[in-house]
Amino acid sequence: MEQGTVLEMRGICKYFPGVRALEQVDFTLREGEIHALMGENGAGKSTLIKVLTGVYPKDAGAIYLAGVDGQVHIKSPQDAQNNGIATVYQEITLCPNLTVAENMYIGRTRSALTNWQKMNSDAGKLLDELGIPAHPKQQLGNCSIAVQQMVAIARAVDMECKVLILDEPTSSLDEQEVQKLFGLMRDLKKKGVGIIFVTHFLEQVYEVCDRITVLRDGQLVGEYIIEDLPRVQLVSKMLGKDFDDMADIKSDSDTDNIDYSSTPVYEAIGLTGTTGIKPFDFRIHKGEVNGFTGLLGSGRSESVRAIFGADRVTRGRVMIDGRPVKIRKPLDAMKHGISYLPEDRKRDGIVGDLSVRDNIILALQVMKGFFKPFSRAQAEQFADEYIKLLNIKTASSETPIKSLSGGNQQKVILARWLLANPVYLILDEPTRGIDVGTKVEIQKLVLKLAAEGKSVTFISSEIDEMIRTCSRLVVMRDGKVVGELKGEDLNQNKIMATIAGGES
Amino acid sequence: MTTPEPRLKTGRSGKRLLEKFGLTQLIIPFVALLFLVLLNLFVDPSFFKIALEKSSTGYYILSGNLISIIDNGSELAILAIGMTLVTSASGGQDISVGSAIAIAGSIVLRVIKGLSPSISGGELAVYLIFAFVLCVVASALFGAFNGSLVAFFKIQPMVATLILFTAGRSIAAWINNNENISITDDRFKYFGNFLPGIPVPTPVFISAVCMIVIALVLKFTNLRLYSQAVGINASSSRLNGINPKMIKLLSFIILGVCVAVCGFIKVSRTASITYAVIANNIEMDAILAVALGGNNLGGGKFNMTASIIGAYVIQFLTTTLFKLKVSSSAISAYKAVVVIFLIILSAPVVRKWLGDLKNKHIASRAKVKKEGV
Repeated sequence: MEQGTVLEMRGICKYFPGVRALEQVDFTLREGEIHALMGENGAGKSTLIKVLTGVYPKDAGAIYLAGVDGQVHIKSPQDAQNNGIATVYQEITLCPNLTVAENMYIGRTRSALTNWQKMNSDAGKLLDELGIPAHPKQQLGNCSIAVQQMVAIARAVDMECKVLILDEPTSSLDEQEVQKLFGLMRDLKKKGVGIIFVTHFLEQVYEVCDRITVLRDGQLVGEYIIEDLPRVQLVSKMLGKDFDDMADIKSDSDTDNIDYSSTPVYEAIGLTGTTGIKPFDFRIHKGEVNGFTGLLGSGRSESVRAIFGADRVTRGRVMIDGRPVKIRKPLDAMKHGISYLPEDRKRDGIVGDLSVRDNIILALQVMKGFFKPFSRAQAEQFADEYIKLLNIKTASSETPIKSLSGGNQQKVILARWLLANPVYLILDEPTRGIDVGTKVEIQKLVLKLAAEGKSVTFISSEIDEMIRTCSRLVVMRDGKVVGELKGEDLNQNKIMATIAGGES
Repeated sequence: MTTPEPRLKTGRSGKRLLEKFGLTQLIIPFVALLFLVLLNLFVDPSFFKIALEKSSTGYYILSGNLISIIDNGSELAILAIGMTLVTSASGGQDISVGSAIAIAGSIVLRVIKGLSPSISGGELAVYLIFAFVLCVVASALFGAFNGSLVAFFKIQPMVATLILFTAGRSIAAWINNNENISITDDRFKYFGNFLPGIPVPTPVFISAVCMIVIALVLKFTNLRLYSQAVGINASSSRLNGINPKMIKLLSFIILGVCVAVCGFIKVSRTASITYAVIANNIEMDAILAVALGGNNLGGGKFNMTASIIGAYVIQFLTTTLFKLKVSSSAISAYKAVVVIFLIILSAPVVRKWLGDLKNKHIASRAKVKKEGV
């Protein structure tokens, strides 16, 4: 091992039933560098991380760590921790039913007895230092996802690690929180910690990283110094072809010919529920793509959940095509042609152990009824059709959905709701945690659906994505609709101003 | 985005791969069965003898250990059906089935006994149907009681069913004022023994009917898809229009019906009931059958056939131990040893470990290939 290297992985292989997740991958991390690990969905980033942290046993290859002679065998996440490898995963892997302090110290105390008082005060000090708005004795599950993520990072920071792995840490953080995190990363870098940073946000890579390793289809594409690799080249390396410019998405379709005077496909008046949103009015027309925007916790997800009947609706009138209807539960909404792709894919979207096929047909099957199952051949046909249509990477339609990569899981859920043939499709954060290529695909798909006459609500925390796809934006703040923007008002500055409440 | 999919040689056909997976689950109970068969062949081949003998009632009937296994295994197999569904949908088990069988049996005896003074000849059939329907309704209601605790009050199944587990035998005794009831009409015994002129025990037919019914239900409804989806991810199921509470409730009601059938067979076997002993510990065997079938006791995916075979394996084991002259007080301990072995074999961790071994083999081959190029 060279001087200054903290981690070396050589010839790593990992296989899953029918899928080659990693094939002879090398990775090197140097002291005091922030190293981006880039690649599309299913490129093998998460798998590589999980091999390094002992979640998956590797099928072949060797791992070397600074200060250790010979190979290191990492058998479990605990083992990885003991070797100075700390991880913050994309999905929160802490225990929501424990307190913040307990989560920070669980599995790390050496003595049999825990000094609770000291633990809580230590935790409090560290949280203050990092500026994390959480109380040590607060139950973690009651914190927002962003805070939970930061607690996970605080835990890693406190472990005095040599290697810190951040797997998509920023996907649920807002701009301010991201900056705070970057400050933290730079501090750690100065202390000589090697940081592996997995993200889909290109801007962030160029803001903090020193080096980039690109993976594609489970294989190593190459390792580059950041100055040597312009953005366009990075993307083309990740995709394995020339970059399909996002800027021309909008020109693909014509969204100006929506007839706003027609009867709305869906209209709600004074809709409110038990989740803390104020009564709001909302309408969407045929062929329209609209968006809900606002900061985390502004109530944008709660609003669309109320539309779909996912949470209990306490008041409000709903009209579909001008006819009053009652939507009390998801099935009511589905029968009226509304589809909803939920924000939290893992919790509300996928049915992990079931096959891709069962996951695709689920919604349509439920609409058809308990006593009318699809024949095997019919289900097979639906699944194959949508696997091809959305280019879902899976070994077969029988593969359990949980063994697919995040973006492909999302496509399966998308397929489920497209198969249900809705008139009004609600997509809550469909592009979260997935790669650039798939993001573009999904945005294009949304515009195609609108052009076919469907109505779509598209929610994303990336404002430029919303600007590209939506023709109208509903802006929310603190559970309240504070503005509606369309036409020329649809630009970054105006949206930011409305979200912040600084309208003139 | 049109890069060809990386696939392993072994995964050339995903369908075949899954069929292989489905088989692995069935292989465990089959291997156990094979083991028991070989053991008996080795110890005493006459274990497998089946004879056609004249019984005390004057008809020819089949006798032998194998017949006794499929006869006595009937109740367990029927229970395994319901238990599998409860496990799948609720992610827990019902430990009250033994007590519930006592209640079901007690109800049947109460009805028949109460009406027997007025029975003259052919009317028994009507009363039997009445007794059966009543015990099905009652058991289904008890199942619904358990199910509501689980579905609506979100109590863990084992805790929820602990109530009926504790109270069930008392309720059963109370139904008949704690009297020792026995039915003298021999025709009542047909359902737990032999129908006149038919050499195969009646419980075998009854369990076969139950299996056919559940097979048809699984084929012509979405019970499998719904209960698996609910067991794996209730939140997601709800957003797909499924009502997870109703599915959990339904699974407990189905188990209730299975319990009713078992209770009916049990009291028919002896035409009497001992409240404290009837179907004692059968809940543990039923849960074991589900586990032996390689099903995840935490809910989700299930294999009904494997559970049913698991039930017969347990019965086979019990009979084998009896034949090996293991004293009845020690039988549970012997059973436990065998069960530990089988459960470890069917544990997902072990199966994953075996799979990993295979993958490692493939990896080393791939490496050799790459270096060779």
